[in-house]
Amino acid sequence: MIVSANTVRFDFIALDNGTTLAPVEVAYETYGELNAAKTNAIVVLHAFSGDAHAAGISAETGKPGWWDNMIGPGKAFDTNQYFVICSNVLGGCRGTTGPGSRNPATGCPYAMSFPVITIGDMVRLQKMLIDSLGIQRLLSVTGGSMGGMQALEWAAAYPESVVSAIPIATTTRHSAQQIAFNEVGRQAIMADPDFHEGNYYDKQPPARGLAVARMVGHITYMSDDSMREKFGRRLRGKENFSFGFDVDFEVESYLRYRGSQFVHRFDANSYLYITKAMDYFDLTNGQGTLAAALEKTQARFLVISFSSDWLYPSYQSQELVRALRSRNRDVAYVELESNYGHDSFLVDVVEQTDLVRGFLASTFEKAQ
Amino acid sequence: MKAGFVRDLLGRSDYAIIGEIVEPKTKVLDLGCGEGELLEWLAANKGVDARGVEISGAKVQKAIARGVSVFQCDIDEGLADYPDQAFDYVILSQTLQETRHPRTVLREMLRVGRRAIVAFPNFGHWQVRLSMLLSGRAPRTKLFPYEWFESPNIHFLTVHDFEALAALESLVVERRYFLAGHRKVDWQPNLTAEVAVFLVRRG
Repeated sequence: MIVSANTVRFDFIALDNGTTLAPVEVAYETYGELNAAKTNAIVVLHAFSGDAHAAGISAETGKPGWWDNMIGPGKAFDTNQYFVICSNVLGGCRGTTGPGSRNPATGCPYAMSFPVITIGDMVRLQKMLIDSLGIQRLLSVTGGSMGGMQALEWAAAYPESVVSAIPIATTTRHSAQQIAFNEVGRQAIMADPDFHEGNYYDKQPPARGLAVARMVGHITYMSDDSMREKFGRRLRGKENFSFGFDVDFEVESYLRYRGSQFVHRFDANSYLYITKAMDYFDLTNGQGTLAAALEKTQARFLVISFSSDWLYPSYQSQELVRALRSRNRDVAYVELESNYGHDSFLVDVVEQTDLVRGFLASTFEKAQ
Repeated sequence: MKAGFVRDLLGRSDYAIIGEIVEPKTKVLDLGCGEGELLEWLAANKGVDARGVEISGAKVQKAIARGVSVFQCDIDEGLADYPDQAFDYVILSQTLQETRHPRTVLREMLRVGRRAIVAFPNFGHWQVRLSMLLSGRAPRTKLFPYEWFESPNIHFLTVHDFEALAALESLVVERRYFLAGHRKVDWQPNLTAEVAVFLVRRG
């Protein structure tokens, strides 16, 4: 399945911080066919560092999508049956307007003059995209991690447009620990001498800071078990310690590699803006309790968490499930046994496939 | 009640009784629903809004894969979040004897549901009594096949015991069914029934 990205432009978007952003572009991909009744559309929402290329082989890069093992013909999100849409988030750096985009008023990149955006803003832009495709109701909205936050925001903000939601390895609001890890990443970027208050687009970018931020991120995506299994205390290409600060351990080598790769595909300013949006996210905002925030939802929910995910621990999913139950919403929940930590939602494909396939099939049948 | 034969439902005669009791188009919660077979059947054949609770993650996965809305949680704790009278029926099939606090579970069932359907193995069955009398050890029968140290059953109750608890809780027993294999029995059910199914509500 060879796929290409599309872009749609809107005159403006109104933001949660009270300002507007004009114009705004969204990069998106679609897989499968929209049926005549337009009842088979599913929006897949990417996590923090993802992009619109969720499935298939990119015509531009030749690379598979970030959730290619879940989306495609005969897969969990079966593109023989469903029409799947994925877009890059607002504030991103993979085709959708973000801090690296040119500000038409100045002719220069927005950099830090880009407005601080929220998960709500991201979802509002996705709604504009869906409207422009002529789709009124989504069979499902789904995603892991920050994608799960967007799925929840969809269900709460546009209840009449969402038939079902599958939030995976996510939370209704960041805990102090989650905010803390994000803040370490932001500080690493801003402490880099190449940061220049975000105005680095015509210079050397803050690659070292961004790489350190990514290294911290990767640690939080794995588990103690998976790191022990993958690296242990093995040394990298040597028999003895170097008694220096070059790479000794495999795990050091891995983190440095992942960090250095990341800077080629991700903008440091987008890192700042998107992590801030995650930290601001709180489904209960202004509504008192979580149950009150979910009062208007009509969707059927499938909530999935992973036993080894310590970044988005199961208790956060269970809070969501309890709040939904207190409003007697149709909710299925399971904690999958897994060793891969937060990364499980990208790795544990077999278990998720059965769950998603059955849930979507019965949801589709009920909705007809 | 007339004696007679009960057709199997999904290989179980108590399911057949439950399938008979549940009215169409109602809201049903099944506690300890396993892989969701009964709920799937009720949804397909009675058009019920079917929900389930199950502690085993592996079983929950299979139930969700069937399209049934099940969430993973312990029955002893799992009902507290539900609003009052959210369901028409709350089903507890072959699980009451496995809960830590059966009386609390029964009360919770009748808080969240208008009616409770409780099916349980009858510890008063003559084979159980005979087994204990003759062997002097914890009884092992077709119905209670486990060694005492391996059994999931932590409370042992008889038909009379359940009737007594229902009376203590001032419940109205709307229907009672007694089964031995595929046969409905009515003579001395506390001795002859292997499984009892009660439909109860608050008075």
